[in-house]
Amino acid sequence: DDVSFQNHNLINCFCILLTADIISTVEFNYSGDLLATGDKGGRVVIFQREQENKSRPHSRGEYNVYSTFQSHEPEFDYLKSLEIEEKINKIRWLPQQNAAHFLLSTNDKTIKLWKISERDKRAEGYNLKDEDGRLRDPFRITALRVPILKPMDLMVEASPRRIFANAHTYHINSISVNSDHETYLSADDLRINLWHLEITDRSFNIVDIKPVNMEELTEVITAAEFHPHQCNVLVYSSSKGTVRLCDMRSSALCDRHSKFFEEPEDPSSRSFFSEIISSISDVKFSHSGRYMMTRDYLSVKVWDLNMESRPVETHQVHEYLRSKLCSLYENDCIFDKFECCWGGSDSAIMTGSYNNFFRMFDRNTRRDVTLEASRENSKPRASLKPRKVCTGGKRKKDEISVDSLDFNKKILHTAWHPAENVIAVAATNNLYIFQDKVN
Amino acid sequence: QEMEDKVTSPEKAEEAKLKARYPHLGQKPGGSDFLRKRLQKGQKYFDSGDYNMAKAKMKNKQLPTAAPDKTEVTGDHIPTPQDLPQRKPSLVASKLAG
Repeated sequence: DDVSFQNHNLINCFCILLTADIISTVEFNYSGDLLATGDKGGRVVIFQREQENKSRPHSRGEYNVYSTFQSHEPEFDYLKSLEIEEKINKIRWLPQQNAAHFLLSTNDKTIKLWKISERDKRAEGYNLKDEDGRLRDPFRITALRVPILKPMDLMVEASPRRIFANAHTYHINSISVNSDHETYLSADDLRINLWHLEITDRSFNIVDIKPVNMEELTEVITAAEFHPHQCNVLVYSSSKGTVRLCDMRSSALCDRHSKFFEEPEDPSSRSFFSEIISSISDVKFSHSGRYMMTRDYLSVKVWDLNMESRPVETHQVHEYLRSKLCSLYENDCIFDKFECCWGGSDSAIMTGSYNNFFRMFDRNTRRDVTLEASRENSKPRASLKPRKVCTGGKRKKDEISVDSLDFNKKILHTAWHPAENVIAVAATNNLYIFQDKVN
Repeated sequence: QEMEDKVTSPEKAEEAKLKARYPHLGQKPGGSDFLRKRLQKGQKYFDSGDYNMAKAKMKNKQLPTAAPDKTEVTGDHIPTPQDLPQRKPSLVASKLAG
């Protein structure tokens, strides 16, 4: 089963969701049948994939809205004069264990475990209340009946089952479910905490990089993730472009890393921007657990966990921006945090860029493509046309020049189905789903 | 004879452009000033004492509502948390301050 995307044509399948707020996170569940999005307004929208249906052959693979709920509300911490945004920073699904689905959603300060369950039956024929719910007069009841279950229109309910609060002084940037399916980590700028999914009043601090004197602060934690198979291993990335791998078996407080990943830098090429553009905005293990990928401002790098000295692959996302760093610093775009993701077989990787462009790299063929997520430039069920940015000299037809790029149209969040070539791309407040053309 | 290498990397050229615009730009862009601003995201300046005093004084009247121009937080206007303008850690200002 060749999942190299180069042999397929990605088409815009359907389902463009328009939200009132900017989408801030996108995540498929373990089977890929559910897709969750979180937005700046604290809302979560879950999509479910349609099953194959003979009467509607074209609907197979469509994602339709399954559930919508308000996960977080804005808060104001009066003691610290701090406004706590309701924006959902991350959603992570739990592996499915029964009919219900569980996910963790987090804003800057509080993580919540949500249970999403279906109800398609209703009990009727109660003794003490009638069908409207009004209580019956007990003296009028002359006979007993057994309530029976009757089918009803499917109702999907979301309820908060656990609230994990008050464990983070700084802003949470990551959550990651452990492969033991019992614990998870939450990371903020300076600390990483370990939780048990059943216990909300206790959390163990496993990484703390806060210096005694805040004047000496030189780097912050930007992302963290558990290894997909080894429940004792986690990685965290920093604003200085380094990744530390920690083994929880070695000590309770993992301040000393087991591995330290950093690419050596040529000191003569160092500039004012070097550290800022080296800051890692996302780190993701491959499905195999053998590799990890880091995203910095201009590139994605693939690292072999057995080699700390340098990445095994470096893919340029938008190298043409190197000559625009001055204005990107002035408009703050240089601080944009792009995410990255692996395809199901780890042979391809994807990340976003500006102008609603996103980039896909085939690691086997070493080929890459730039695609666009926009309504104007794609028709439903038509193949996506590769885009090209003109970096100088004569601009060919259909190319776009660097100066014409819209830096407000950022694709920061993308997700890839765990097994199939189906991708979800968030472009500001639009969600696009693309999949391989089925011939 | 030595030929001076006049080719500058695009990154260094951008750095020169930035330094020309902001001559007092700090030497350590990734240093603690920048990081501390990041950690302070969401900071608003709300004086609960002033707010409660004003509420007590005007218990029969409505609190003056926020002016459409949200930067007005002094004088007769008593801010509520919702009124306070987001104190965006202005990197432009910090770029100018050494």
